[in-house]
Amino acid sequence: MFRWILAAALCAGLPLADPARAEPQPLRVGLTPVFLDDQVAFLKRWRVYLEERLERPVVLVQRASYREINELVRQAKLDIAWVCGLSYVQNASRMTLLAVPLFNGKPLYQSYIIVPASDRTTQSIVGLRGRIFAYSDPDSNSGHLYPQYALIEHGQAPASFFARSFFTWAHRKVIEAVASELAQGGAVDGYVWETLARRNPEIAARTRIVQKSPEFGHTPFVARASLATREFAAVQAVLLGMSGDPEGAVLLEHLNLDGFVPGHRGLFDDIASMAKTVANAPAAATVR
Amino acid sequence: MRRLLRRYADLSLRDKIPLRVGALVVITATLVTGSLIVLEYETLRDDLLRNSSSLGRVLAKTLVAPLTHDDVWRAYEIVNTPFHARDDPAITAEILLVLDAAGRVYVSTQPKEFPMLADPALIDRDYAGIAGEITQYSDPEPKAIEGAGTGRIHVIAPITADGVRLGTLVMAYSKTAFIPRYLRIAARAALITLLVVAVLLPIGAWWGRRLAEPLVQLAEGMGKVGPGIPDDDGMRLPESRDELGQAAAAFRRMLAELRGKEQLEREVVATERLAAVGRLAAAIAHEINNPLGGMLNAIGTFKKHGGDEAFTAKTLSLLERGLLQIKETVSALLVEARVAPHPVTYDDIEDVRTLVLPNAQRKQARMEWQNGLREAVALPSTLVRQILINLLLNAVGAIAERGHVAARVHAEDGLLVLQVENDGQHISEARMPYLFEPFGPHEEGGHGLGLWVTYQIVRQLRGEIAVESASGGTRFQVRLPCEAAA
Repeated sequence: MFRWILAAALCAGLPLADPARAEPQPLRVGLTPVFLDDQVAFLKRWRVYLEERLERPVVLVQRASYREINELVRQAKLDIAWVCGLSYVQNASRMTLLAVPLFNGKPLYQSYIIVPASDRTTQSIVGLRGRIFAYSDPDSNSGHLYPQYALIEHGQAPASFFARSFFTWAHRKVIEAVASELAQGGAVDGYVWETLARRNPEIAARTRIVQKSPEFGHTPFVARASLATREFAAVQAVLLGMSGDPEGAVLLEHLNLDGFVPGHRGLFDDIASMAKTVANAPAAATVR
Repeated sequence: MRRLLRRYADLSLRDKIPLRVGALVVITATLVTGSLIVLEYETLRDDLLRNSSSLGRVLAKTLVAPLTHDDVWRAYEIVNTPFHARDDPAITAEILLVLDAAGRVYVSTQPKEFPMLADPALIDRDYAGIAGEITQYSDPEPKAIEGAGTGRIHVIAPITADGVRLGTLVMAYSKTAFIPRYLRIAARAALITLLVVAVLLPIGAWWGRRLAEPLVQLAEGMGKVGPGIPDDDGMRLPESRDELGQAAAAFRRMLAELRGKEQLEREVVATERLAAVGRLAAAIAHEINNPLGGMLNAIGTFKKHGGDEAFTAKTLSLLERGLLQIKETVSALLVEARVAPHPVTYDDIEDVRTLVLPNAQRKQARMEWQNGLREAVALPSTLVRQILINLLLNAVGAIAERGHVAARVHAEDGLLVLQVENDGQHISEARMPYLFEPFGPHEEGGHGLGLWVTYQIVRQLRGEIAVESASGGTRFQVRLPCEAAA
């Protein structure tokens, strides 16, 4: 019960202080839609798993956009967070790399450009000129940065290339928008698309992948820069140990991941350089 | 059709009244159900409009933020929300469109059909007709537009913030969408109607039958009146003071009077029989007197001459024959007074000859006699004899001196046929129609009851009487149905 009150207080963005309590401070974990974050029952199981392994309360915090989570980490209101590679490279001074997911055995993932399954002609993002395009989140690498970069690579201005573009604020919803043909194209985290294709094949099957990006460093777990080394090590140990632990393996199976590795900054260099290219491109500052 | 109507007209009231009651029940139930169904249609439509209006109000308010922030996906999720609560497809809109301030599709629930930025008027003619209304209508209260010739009802709700028109929510409802629900309601109403009819029909039929029963009884009672007059006890006539009861009472009075008339007729017939005997009496007295005179002469001669054996025998024989003749005459007469009926035999016919012969002889008439009766016939002999006597007396009365009278009696094919002819003055045509009526206008002597009584008896025996009369003579023929007596 107490935990729920804490969670509610956190969700409301209130500073938390109750030194009278003997119970240790909870670990505040921020989550973004870099994975299928809409399964309440799974999240509860994961939280309980982390609490048992860390022997301290865990509070999971979800927000509507990447930016809000990034901001909470920057302000040290979250201890750790699962964010996009782009968020990490843009906030490297306030975030420490904690762990990188292993997907298909590699700490890498791709961005997919998808179109409705009924569209049988489009071959790449360049074929979507004058169409309606769905991005996931403005601070997403796979769902926003890469498609802009790909257009610039082809000499196109992302701001005027599409007749209309919009954000769905989640990868899964990009897939839904394209599947329902609300958008005639979309950019989505390849890992999320593959996971949804395993879990809800009927939705993914209504879309077709027309383009896959090069491989980028997978969406990392980061810690606030100010997190104590002891805590950092404990949390990292738990995440890295999940694959070697039957209970953790079940959770990883649900996440469609093979495990977590410590990773290194260099994994995200490609993203950083793409961000630079896009930022410097003429008339590419906004897409709205 | 006409034949069917006639057949219906011929139906017994026992069936007709229940049929009419049933028809009335069915018509009433159908009309009530029909009006309820029409009412339900209105209610359903009002429900739809009320629901959609309140939904439109809520959605239009909710859409303000996404439109202000240009959040397409949020707007899409909002307009799709009503489709997730599919409790009643009849009330669910077919399509929801969010149009921007310029009237283009901002977002729709059917992106394939109505993609973003498209002009709805170019996609569906329905919208071409209402495009003006959509952009001009600015009342915050949603409005329903039911364009003629379109299959949809459109509910439009302007989306405004701070008096600035951001766009319009258009909800399209198919007019046919609530037909399944409407049919469901209609089917249920029909079922209830059937149940009501199923309950009311037997009651109606029973009640109708009860209503018809006295009439049917009365009709059956009247049907029995004809050759005979039925007993009051044999019929269950209605006892009430309504029109039926009055009719039944009148019918009872009529039966009583008919019975009185029948009694009277029977008495007249009996009296007339005795009268006929009276008319015979003079001739019969003469008939008896003749042999008596002969016998007295014989006795006188016998006294005067006394005599040998041969003469005695001759006298006795003469006396015997005279007495036999008297006996014959008297016994023929006696039968007339006898009431106990017995089958008609050969001798009965011969008795009539004995009785009538003296009358004929007084006119020195030639009487031709054919008695073809070989077996007894199961008819009351008294009545048959009376018919024959009446006809013969009339025949003898009609002929001139030395005239000719003929009587022929025979049985054939279950009929006893009596035929009497004479060659006297024929019956005038003027008199013919009234021949069998009592106290006829052209009766010469007598009161004319003879032929009337004959007619009554023939009718009583279910027979026929026919007359042919021409200048050559007159012939009466009576045919009486009978069975051969054992």
